[in-house]
Amino acid sequence: MKITLGDQSRSFAEKISGMIGQNIDGCYQCGKCTAGCPIAYTMELSPHEIIRLVQLGRDQETLASHTIWLCASCETCTSRCPKNIDVAGVMDALRVLAFRQGQTQAEKEITLFHKLFLKVVERFGRVNDLSLMGKYNLLTLNPLRDWRLGHKLFSKGKLKLATPKVKGVREFQELLKRTRAFRGEGP
Amino acid sequence: MRYAYYPGCSLHSTASDYQQSIDSVFRKLSVELQEVEDWTCCGASAAHVSDPLLPLVLPARDLIKVEKMALDVMVPCAACYNRMRTTNYKLRENVELRKTVNQILQADYRADVRVRHISDVVVNDCGLEAIARLLEKDLKGMKVVCYYGCLSARPQKIVAFDDPVYPSYLDRLIKTLGGEAIEWPFKTECCGGSFSVSKKEVVLKLTHELLDMAQSLGAEAVVVDCPLCQFNLDFRQEEVEERYRKRFSLPVFYFTQLLGASLGLGAETLGLKKLNIDPFPLLERKNIRT
Repeated sequence: MKITLGDQSRSFAEKISGMIGQNIDGCYQCGKCTAGCPIAYTMELSPHEIIRLVQLGRDQETLASHTIWLCASCETCTSRCPKNIDVAGVMDALRVLAFRQGQTQAEKEITLFHKLFLKVVERFGRVNDLSLMGKYNLLTLNPLRDWRLGHKLFSKGKLKLATPKVKGVREFQELLKRTRAFRGEGP
Repeated sequence: MRYAYYPGCSLHSTASDYQQSIDSVFRKLSVELQEVEDWTCCGASAAHVSDPLLPLVLPARDLIKVEKMALDVMVPCAACYNRMRTTNYKLRENVELRKTVNQILQADYRADVRVRHISDVVVNDCGLEAIARLLEKDLKGMKVVCYYGCLSARPQKIVAFDDPVYPSYLDRLIKTLGGEAIEWPFKTECCGGSFSVSKKEVVLKLTHELLDMAQSLGAEAVVVDCPLCQFNLDFRQEEVEERYRKRFSLPVFYFTQLLGASLGLGAETLGLKKLNIDPFPLLERKNIRT
């Protein structure tokens, strides 16, 4: 495949470099990140390939990939990189951009879970598992997902019907609004 | 000894047994925990995959509250611990970023609150020798694997308080309690963490590998210090068994539960009945009445 590098391609690499506070061109494709990645077996583009595509400015291929969402942020790649590239940080940067562009189709369920998680936190100040799972099951049209697990957790007193709202929840919600205003748009 | 205490969301729900055992064990160890008032969620994965500022603002909100308490904060959840340490690290490294976060928080946080993992506090502050003097029961050679997971080990320069690849603090604690901690290669492998719901296949595969290795080395139980790891290994274990047509029946203990049992505390106060895989047959075999 012939790839011509233009200004456009450099600007994407520079954008990601800026977001992680490192020069991503440092990566020389040794593949150590991929070798240690516990999820690489199910990624269509492995971690070192993602880094290469960023260097080459292939923004759409990376942002539309499954890989960025499948990263579990275990940080094995980051801790092993001989060039100290924060590979997991690159995945975060790409996910942030993909969220902003509404590019979440590759892994709809994972991205929906993240969005609902933050919604529940914004409402209560903390996670309420029942509320989160209820919404998630409803929106993924899978109302019985994990019902057996839910029953077990409930019978062991591990799921509470209500999360006591934190006292300063209004102030907390204001804080989230200010954070979003600072960032422009977010998920 | 006194610490500020940030439980995190799991400890109030799926890890309420962890919370119970922490309460009773720390009372027994005469360590006072002062819960951070009105604490809120650290943002977990959802924040750092979707926004550059939110994963710093959320932990910083809680850390500012700790700063006013003038104590180190102890954190039992590896994910919260990781997010809080990462926040401090990034805010210290990058003055501009700290300004921005402080502007949003309308505060003047200096990012110097000491964030301590619960195991670090138990093993290094309380100390194994002091713990040994308080023991009432012996684990009688119970064979366990200690599983440390990702988030209290990596990234090493930000979170690790022991060897980041092959830590041993839980192993040393188990030996102090009279158990046998088996050497095994998966101490800091990943369980799939927060994909338990949204990408369960990954979690079943990874936990299968962990359970299979533990069993093949003769482990009778797994010991953990992270609520996400515990949940995946314990509450997903029957699904792993069905999927891979194997039988494990390996109890997955929070380290505070085995510590508590050795300190003579009862099953109720340690939340042992809340574990999914029944731990009582093993405890009875070892003649540990709780």
